[in-house]
Amino acid sequence: MRGASQAKWVVAAVAVALAATACGSGGSSGSSNGAANAQGTFSYQSTEPQNPLQPANAMEVGGGRIIKTLFKGLVDYDPSNGELRNQVADKIETTDAQNYTVTLKSGWTFHDGTPVTAKSFVDAWNWSANTKNNQINSDWFSDIQGYKDVHPEEGDPTAATMSGLKVVDDTHFTIALNGPVSYFEYKLGYTAFSPLPEVFFTDPAKYGQSPIGNGPYKFVSWEHNKAVTVAAYDKYAGVDKPKNGGIVFKNYSQAEGAYKDLVSDNLDVLDQVDPSDLASYKTDLGDRAVDQAQGAIQSISFSLYADDWKPENLAKVRQGLSMAIDRDTITKTVLNGSRQPANSWVAPGAMGYKDNTCGDACKYDPAKAKQLVTEGGGVPGNKITVLYNADGGHKEWVDAVCNSIRQATGVECVGDPKPDFKSSRDLIKNKKVDGLMRTGWVQDYPLNANYLRDVFGTGAAANDAGYSSPEFDKLAAEADKATSVKETADLYQKAEEQLAKDMPAIPLWYYKTTAGYSKNVQNVKYDSFGDPVFTQVEVKQK
Amino acid sequence: MGRYVARRLLQMIPVFLGTVTIIFFMTRMLPGDPAAAMWGDKAADPAQLAAFKHQMGLDVSKWQQYLNYMGDLFTGDFGTTMTGRKVTDLIGESFPVTIRLALLAFAFELIVGVAIGLFAGLRRGKAFDKSTLVLTLLLISIPVPVLGFIFQNVFAIQLGWITPTVQSSTNLGQLILPAIVLGSISLAYVARLTRTSIAENLKADYMRTAVAKGLPKRKVIGTHLLRNSMIPVVTFLGTDLGALMGGAIVTEGIFNVQGVGNALYHAIGRSEGATVSGFVVVLVLVYLFASLLVDLLYAVLDPRIRYA
Repeated sequence: MRGASQAKWVVAAVAVALAATACGSGGSSGSSNGAANAQGTFSYQSTEPQNPLQPANAMEVGGGRIIKTLFKGLVDYDPSNGELRNQVADKIETTDAQNYTVTLKSGWTFHDGTPVTAKSFVDAWNWSANTKNNQINSDWFSDIQGYKDVHPEEGDPTAATMSGLKVVDDTHFTIALNGPVSYFEYKLGYTAFSPLPEVFFTDPAKYGQSPIGNGPYKFVSWEHNKAVTVAAYDKYAGVDKPKNGGIVFKNYSQAEGAYKDLVSDNLDVLDQVDPSDLASYKTDLGDRAVDQAQGAIQSISFSLYADDWKPENLAKVRQGLSMAIDRDTITKTVLNGSRQPANSWVAPGAMGYKDNTCGDACKYDPAKAKQLVTEGGGVPGNKITVLYNADGGHKEWVDAVCNSIRQATGVECVGDPKPDFKSSRDLIKNKKVDGLMRTGWVQDYPLNANYLRDVFGTGAAANDAGYSSPEFDKLAAEADKATSVKETADLYQKAEEQLAKDMPAIPLWYYKTTAGYSKNVQNVKYDSFGDPVFTQVEVKQK
Repeated sequence: MGRYVARRLLQMIPVFLGTVTIIFFMTRMLPGDPAAAMWGDKAADPAQLAAFKHQMGLDVSKWQQYLNYMGDLFTGDFGTTMTGRKVTDLIGESFPVTIRLALLAFAFELIVGVAIGLFAGLRRGKAFDKSTLVLTLLLISIPVPVLGFIFQNVFAIQLGWITPTVQSSTNLGQLILPAIVLGSISLAYVARLTRTSIAENLKADYMRTAVAKGLPKRKVIGTHLLRNSMIPVVTFLGTDLGALMGGAIVTEGIFNVQGVGNALYHAIGRSEGATVSGFVVVLVLVYLFASLLVDLLYAVLDPRIRYA
């Protein structure tokens, strides 16, 4: 929390410094802030949505970002620091982290003029969770009581509604969960929990081609394979009213083309700079280049379940190996500055992020590294392998990491490429790795619990290392029982300290949003998901 | 002639069925589960995954899927994508774009290629001929992506004549540059084929006769020489039309043209068998009809060729 707001200030300071230097150099790049045209529209690099535009049906970014502008749920995340803020919800109350009472604000309407009521939420969630309706994000509702009835592990649903959801009146409804989940409110910020208007249920498929939401923008048109256009909704009741007239989500099949269009001002806001232009994009775009941390982390995990890595006293060896990696040099050279060296297991921008929880173990110190590895009894066989998928552009950095380890500690280190993501994933999932493996995590929601419990909890789906620490589990369970998200985040920071002691996975670096914008727009900021804050983009007056 | 065409059309049926069968099984053998691919890198919810597979008809054996697919195909149903869109809709969106692009490229390589080849062949061994050989060699050896990037940088970024990518795939003017890039390699082949053919036929008996008859030079070249020299060129152009339509993946990617190449590229990436085979079925038909057309053109070009 405290760390997150510090990070925000650092970003702000850098932005000011950049703006200052731009002015000093004459400001000829046209970057100076001008008057904004509130009706102006801008274009954004996007991809063709893979699914009908229904809120629980967008997992890929192409559709996901459009859904984000069309719908608004009970709460959302403040783009500047990842903190939760109320949108349609007036308040969400709970005493036991299991039973929630939701009070809605009045005055919210869908784009067709009908009011947003408690029923809009409850009906939407029941429909989306139902197996029969084939929504990709249907398992997001699994915390709610009665989920098993609409979404059994096998076979057809036995009920149409979840028993845990009850409408009290137009502005109140209650949620009962299967057990206490203190950060359930945080999950509610995900677009899958958006409300749906009554017209949706008459023909969901048709609705998916021209959706009606309650968000800052209303749907205008979807020209398949070409563009999706949305326009600002003038009766939007949220705190983030659009400062522009609308967005055109332009379909690009390759990032190189989008980048060239941006440089020539034929495209206004970029999603991500393509790898081949990374080296030069800062000189091309000047202060219109964006470079900030994203809510995703790259790491290498140990196969703690394999005989070689089971002995508990090997923690020192693992710390030594972590210390042997020169993160600064590798991110700057091999990765062209597209990553930011990591010193904790949670990415900045998430609530509960704390700087440097890894401590000395994540600082490059070859002498100390060698000493630790020797003290810990050395690496089994004095040789390690790092498993990775060869189709994801990982070879370069894995080789660099191995070189760094070899030079610092004298331990033989080689990459172990598998042909594609799926085959490497199969080995990792079935716990058939002996040595080290490339692992990574992209946040589902910006809270440290998502980086910790879902990755390092005993038996968690993404616990690739097979890490199982009674201390960590105990601290995590305590955190889950807390009644406020703040408390949860603080308690999870304690759990994170246990990771520093055991080092089940070596944090390497955070992903970064490397993007930019054209001369036609200003005030373009990106959130920790790497999405631009669409409502704040200002279109310059021509 | 009519009987020949009928026979050829009948022959198309087994060829068509064979290719569709091969394509069906090849696309279904692509690694990766198309239903699980909808979840990307995340683990799919098993119950939802099973529901998806049932809806898409992927929960029965491959042979049963094949029978279902063929049955649907003959009623004009090409199946649906994993996301529930009709493959025929996708075909309807992307083929017009690619046909425009391919025809532009085709016209470019035909007109420019034959013209260059004709002049080079008539002036064999002269400066124009030699520079043509160098130029075409250069075009053949530059890979399409490199040519595309050079054109993009020169004409869009530096000169600013056009936008770097195609802003509207239905705008013919914007398609000209991608069409030139797409047609450039074939242009080199057409020029070289025409040149060699012209140079050879110059020495033919019928040429000597035509000149001896005292025909004007225009007629000798236009009717006798060019027409007879076109046979190898037409053979090449016939198969090239199909290649231009299916093989524009790279060019369409560089210039962001939303045509067949792009659609195929994405469908393969998501291992969507129905989409890939649907597109390939149409491309097979294009190839079959193009080659029939080429064979019929032989008879038009060379009176010695007769079909019975």
